[in-house]
Amino acid sequence: MKVFDSRRDYRWVAPSLLLPPLLLGACSPGVLDPAGPVAAGDRIVLLNALTIMLGIVVPTILATLVFAWWFRAGNSKATYRPSWAYSGRLELLVWSIPALVVIFLGGIAWIGSHDLDPSRPLASKVAPLRVDVVALDWKWLFIYPDQGIASINRVVAPVGTPIAFHITSATVMNSLFVPQLGGQIYAMAGMETKLHLQADRPGSYRGISAHYSGKGFPGMVFRVDAVSPQQFAGWVGQAKAAGPVLDRAGYLALLKESQNVPPSTYRAVLPGLFDAVVRDSGTVSAKSAKDGRQQ
Amino acid sequence: MNPDVAPQTSFLFGKLGWNAIPFDEPLPMVASGVVATAILGVLIWTWRRGYFPYLWREWITSVDHKRIGVMYCLLAGLMLLRGFSDAIMMRSQQAIAYANNGYLPSDHYDQIFSAHGTIMIFFVAMTFMIGLMNFVVPLQLGVRDVAFPTLNSVSFWLTASGALLINVSLVVGEFAKTGWVVYPPLSELRFSPGVGVDYYLWAIQISGVGTLLSGVNLVTTILKMRAPGMGYTRMPMFCWTALASNLLIVAAFPILTTTLAMLTLDRYLGFHFFTNELGGNAMMFVNLIWAWGHPEVYILILPAFGVFSEVVSTFSGKPLFGYRSMILATMAICILSFMVWLHHFFTMGAGADVNGFFGVTTMIIAVPTGVKVFNWLFTMYGGRIRFTTPMLWSVGFMVTFVIGGMTGVLLAVPPADFVLHNSVFLVAHFHNVIIGGVLFGAFAGLTYWWPKAFGFQLDEKWGKRAFWLWITGFYVAFMPLYVLGLMGMTRRLQRYDVPEWQPWLLVAAVGVVLIAGGIASQIAQIVVSIRNRKQLADVTGDPWDGRTLEWITTSPPPAFNFAVLPDVEGEEAYWNVKSLARERQRLSELPDYADIEMPKNSPTGVVCAFFATAMGFALIWHIWWLVALGFVGAWATFVIFAWRDDPEYEIHARDLEAHDRERRQAKAKLLGLREGDVA
Repeated sequence: MKVFDSRRDYRWVAPSLLLPPLLLGACSPGVLDPAGPVAAGDRIVLLNALTIMLGIVVPTILATLVFAWWFRAGNSKATYRPSWAYSGRLELLVWSIPALVVIFLGGIAWIGSHDLDPSRPLASKVAPLRVDVVALDWKWLFIYPDQGIASINRVVAPVGTPIAFHITSATVMNSLFVPQLGGQIYAMAGMETKLHLQADRPGSYRGISAHYSGKGFPGMVFRVDAVSPQQFAGWVGQAKAAGPVLDRAGYLALLKESQNVPPSTYRAVLPGLFDAVVRDSGTVSAKSAKDGRQQ
Repeated sequence: MNPDVAPQTSFLFGKLGWNAIPFDEPLPMVASGVVATAILGVLIWTWRRGYFPYLWREWITSVDHKRIGVMYCLLAGLMLLRGFSDAIMMRSQQAIAYANNGYLPSDHYDQIFSAHGTIMIFFVAMTFMIGLMNFVVPLQLGVRDVAFPTLNSVSFWLTASGALLINVSLVVGEFAKTGWVVYPPLSELRFSPGVGVDYYLWAIQISGVGTLLSGVNLVTTILKMRAPGMGYTRMPMFCWTALASNLLIVAAFPILTTTLAMLTLDRYLGFHFFTNELGGNAMMFVNLIWAWGHPEVYILILPAFGVFSEVVSTFSGKPLFGYRSMILATMAICILSFMVWLHHFFTMGAGADVNGFFGVTTMIIAVPTGVKVFNWLFTMYGGRIRFTTPMLWSVGFMVTFVIGGMTGVLLAVPPADFVLHNSVFLVAHFHNVIIGGVLFGAFAGLTYWWPKAFGFQLDEKWGKRAFWLWITGFYVAFMPLYVLGLMGMTRRLQRYDVPEWQPWLLVAAVGVVLIAGGIASQIAQIVVSIRNRKQLADVTGDPWDGRTLEWITTSPPPAFNFAVLPDVEGEEAYWNVKSLARERQRLSELPDYADIEMPKNSPTGVVCAFFATAMGFALIWHIWWLVALGFVGAWATFVIFAWRDDPEYEIHARDLEAHDRERRQAKAKLLGLREGDVA
């Protein structure tokens, strides 16, 4: 019986499995390195919940290892209680510890769920920038209804301004996710979901589809560039000055499958396009949609 | 049928043509070639040694719950090898696919992760657990078989049909490229015109019928067929968890069947349940699939909890701590598991109240689970723990599972889920609970009950090697995924463009190598044990100093399990028998033996599954005449079975007595009683 081996190995395993996530900290461009209020809120809730649970999980793991080791058959110092199988006090403890933790965590979940609901507008003195999003095979279309422009695979937004995304899909399900800005919400055909994000420091943030959508899914990446209001105005001006118009023909062209699409802009957008896409579940008409993926 | 999608169909072969076989793709061709050669080799060897009649008589047509249980576990083991090959490919692809396409194009990679999930859940985890329950439950209840023995055989062979269809998709056609829960609209004809999703649908439907029947069978067995005196609160914990798990099967599998049937109607008959257009609603599918899917994870984990309860109690040399509290926890999980499904899609935008509600219910289900962990902990407390392989798996489970449980509760907090949903953090979480919980439970159960099934123990040295390789391999493979999830890496990526991810993915790939070593050790363990079966023989029927009724009979048990059904006079029936015998220094009085009747073997199961496989294959390829033939064949098999007139054979009292005297002698020897006191 290799009791001693197992003890040594367990000691090594337990800390090593807890360390990596904690060591990670804020050093990588992920969800623990927020660049806006939503991501920061998500992170706080995540870390709070984790800390509370570690408070019960770590002692449990230690107790498992200590009990297993101390009560090993070879240890003559341990007392053998062959028929000890019930204790009312312990039962009470055993039910109440997880119950109390869950009441506490449940509160965090309930409050967090309301405070950080993706569809909830962000409190801000600055008027939000509205961006309508259409998930396509396999790229993102961002329409700026107030500016009258559109872009593919790139969002440019002023720092400190809430961005109000209205999201739908012209194809299968996707999920709009900018890890450093927080939140994520599904893009679904015939549905309109809302996501509110904000970048508090200038930078270029990676955005992805977080829901597998087929062959070109890995390339469905976009950037969110948070810039100064002046730079934003400049970008809008540039976009208006050049590029094609997103009309019906342009939209039909977008419905064709394409992968790893580089960012581009449209100088004008057919008014009401986004609402029409939601209404038609992304297809121009149901009849043409039935004939396979390629329009 | 859509003419644009399936332009060429013929009456004889439907959509099937030579172009269905991927001759130009070396990977599936070589893999299937190797497998086909291996199968052919085994078949030729079996034939040359003249084992076919034996296999047909004793195994393929067997309705003995023990044989069927063993076949379930064998099937699960083989499918584990298939599912693990997929895992190796995924990990190696992601280890190299930074800023390049790796070696697997999307077409392959997307099939691989879909097949991996489908196979591991349906044909490894669930099949293994059903196998253990089949083998153990009647023995623990002190009865001779399950309630419907022939139906049991049908269940097994239908499960095997499903497994076969999925593996056929490797060579003929393709598998789904949609992930293992085939979310529409991606799985609709418009976006997945090939046969991949159809393979999924029919494989799962056919094996799902088997699972449902098996659930009905085991629920009936536990509720109606216990040994005299075996009240509900005297049943071993494993029987309780089996009851809960099978109740969940009976309640949840019809949801899966219906949901997939609706998707099938969409794909085959132009319905619009889940399509984008004409009023279809994919969100309904997502809700329905998880209304099955969440109970499903408890269908998997509850029997594993049962295994750990038995193992921890046996090897601590103590009764299970808080037995009634454990029953309560088990049944609480059983009911609550139907109230948490929405946590699989907080990001659908259902709103703060709905998300908050399901977040809280999800946490509530953690309470009974936590209670179970504490009860195992206190079962060890005051024990005299023997660190055999099953016990190592159990302690490894307790440490690993609480981490998985913790990350699970973390994902149940909606704001945390918003940033972790669909990330590899989630992947790490469910592997944490499924490997650390279900699979470790399966392995603990395998080593624990192996001597009961085959009459010899498994080699401990290789068993421990397997354990250490598996557990370190697990941590090395999946802890990096937790980190990567926090770094914003989403799941199901065939390639990526973030250089920071690659080092972690390389570490994860090393973990897979370690797990491969674990699996190799398990194969070595079985080979070595079969070779040394004389030295490892279990002549007492009770190699671990067990406490429940399966250890009262011989190893392996006779077809009839018990010559006379044991009288149960409390919890831990067999332990009481042993204590009493030790106290009195003699065994109980020799009972009265009476003739008994046992069900005859029947080819119904395998014949029915043959037709079901043909029907499934035909449905996938739209070969309508074969669909009709398969359906009528399967139905006719049942009719013929129903009209049989000699279903049972008799075992005479004197044979039972002869067997039982031998068993009693072995028990007397085990308990240190003198031979003369035996009878």
